Amino acid sequence: MSTPLIETIHTSKIFEVRKGLLGVKRHIRAVDDVSLNIQENEIVALVGESGCGKSTLGRLMLALLKPDEGQVKFRDKDIWSLKGEEFKEFRRSAQLIPQDPYSTLNPMKKVISALYPQLLKYKIASNRSEARKMSAELLEMVGLSPPEDFLNRYPCRLSGGQMQRISIARALSVKPSFIVADEAVSMLDASLRIEILDILLNLRKKFSTAYLFITHDLAIARYFAAGERIAIMYLGNIVEVGDTEEVIQNPMHPYTKALIMSVPVPDPKLAKERGLPPLRSLEIPSLVELPSGCKFHTRCPYAEKICEEKMPELREVKNRLVACHLY
Amino acid sequence: MEGKTKRSIVGIMLSAVRAWIYEPLTLLATDKRAVAGFLIVLFYVGLAVIGPMVVPLDLTPNLERAYLPPSLEHPLGTDPWGRDIFAQLVHGAPDMLVVAFLAGLVTVLIGTVVGIFSGYSGGTVDLIVMTITDIVLTIPGFPLLMVIAAFLIGSGIEVNIFMAAALLSITSWAGLARAVRSQILSIKKEPYIEVSQTLGLGKLHIIFSEIMPNILPYIVMNLILSMIGALYSYVGLMALGLLPYRPGNWGAMMHMAMAVSGTVTGVGSWYVLAPAAAVTILQIGLVLFSNGVDKIFNPRLREK
Ligand code: SF4
Repeated sequence: MSTPLIETIHTSKIFEVRKGLLGVKRHIRAVDDVSLNIQENEIVALVGESGCGKSTLGRLMLALLKPDEGQVKFRDKDIWSLKGEEFKEFRRSAQLIPQDPYSTLNPMKKVISALYPQLLKYKIASNRSEARKMSAELLEMVGLSPPEDFLNRYPCRLSGGQMQRISIARALSVKPSFIVADEAVSMLDASLRIEILDILLNLRKKFSTAYLFITHDLAIARYFAAGERIAIMYLGNIVEVGDTEEVIQNPMHPYTKALIMSVPVPDPKLAKERGLPPLRSLEIPSLVELPSGCKFHTRCPYAEKICEEKMPELREVKNRLVACHLY
Repeated sequence: MEGKTKRSIVGIMLSAVRAWIYEPLTLLATDKRAVAGFLIVLFYVGLAVIGPMVVPLDLTPNLERAYLPPSLEHPLGTDPWGRDIFAQLVHGAPDMLVVAFLAGLVTVLIGTVVGIFSGYSGGTVDLIVMTITDIVLTIPGFPLLMVIAAFLIGSGIEVNIFMAAALLSITSWAGLARAVRSQILSIKKEPYIEVSQTLGLGKLHIIFSEIMPNILPYIVMNLILSMIGALYSYVGLMALGLLPYRPGNWGAMMHMAMAVSGTVTGVGSWYVLAPAAAVTILQIGLVLFSNGVDKIFNPRLREK
């Protein structure tokens, strides 16, 4: 395998929380010893329930958060050791498409202000009028036409779908090589989702951008990362990584199985293969008091003694990575 | 070539006038109360700018004309020394407005800078700055002003308008600093700020281009409210005789009125009522005007 575009190496992020006014400080391991790599022009769908740390992992990869343990490397260089021009280049190369379209644009600023500052900053446009022309082209690229109608509008006069298109145009404006799309379509109407996903997929063909596509929705991950990889996250750990279709058709990790079972899929073949005994508990453990050993053992129907004692490592099993003592 | 640049400069100026004067005024026009406030404030500004040139002020005592009731010659009557009250009010207006505006400006400037700095820095810096702010907040403002003013008078230092403005904003910035900080804390977490970060647009861009537009309406509103507060304190200190006497100053007029018995017996009531009314009407004008600020800045209303 060639050098990954971006990778986390045993990366952890620990947050401090304080309960009550005089409460004791507690630590939350939002991301716990995660090693994940993304190749150039590759899509990795990151799937997990809310609060599992997938957004935090995305923000670590964008240098919005600094890891407490481990490293994040971009083209084989620790992003926190980059200086000056190199860091500027990283900032240009890695972009974010946030979840909530309604807060993704500054409510006090016209649409054009979301596009032209970066065009000037990175000298993609040499002056304001060129930046304006490019902004219009960007809007056309995401299907907003005529662009003149949108450039001078305030976000309050746009629909959720239009805002998300602008958010995409903004991320692509600097021609990044890597984009973190954090639940980019989950707040949109179901009818709009496929449309927005198709825009992203088409533009990816054009720009060969790599994606970390964060979602809680397996169906959306299956659509967006078809033929690419999927990573399943549970309470700060990556528990399974593999080809999207293989993992969904034939999940190995008990948590992946449970996750897939919870999605009603009208596919008899799939339903049959889902033979998973019921979970021992439906309760997701608190992040403050994580279970020992395998974090899934409180719910896992296959849990044995070793699962409580020893944390399973992510190991290669049949062309796939799985973190479970069963394999 | 030159003609072209000239035209574009005129064009820029025209669009600036449109964006900064014409459009805000049309928005303001939709709110009757704000219009009333705007007109009152405008009247006072006119009074302060043109008034002193038109109305002569003669401060030579002439006891034969003392306590005259309002007449055509003396629209608001005369004071215990026979001097025209209206002329004194007019000549005091520039001082009142300038000090109030400067004090408001200083208050808002300190409050905003401290609030943004503290909120944006976060961590230990935030903790230290906010602790100091809280201490300032607990100091009772007006009594402190009284003490400092008395000290200034005692030491014989001449108090100019800048000192007066600085004095009046000595504690009032703290409340605004806290409010601005808490707004920064919530805006800082907005996704569009995160995106500005990943785009590498830099701290200055984030503070001035992304955060500022969101708190600007609030700051302008506070500028007006701070002016109101400063006016109260300024008039109050003057009325108590705690700042050096300035002829025509509305507070000083009230002080003189209270110092002579005429006020108590009723013959001199114009001398105390006129400056009091002048201050009150200005305050009302400012309060009404401040209601229109939100209309001017809110893009929801602006786009219609
Ligand atoms: S390691 Fe044990 S508890 Fe964890 S998923 Fe595998 S079988 Fe279940």
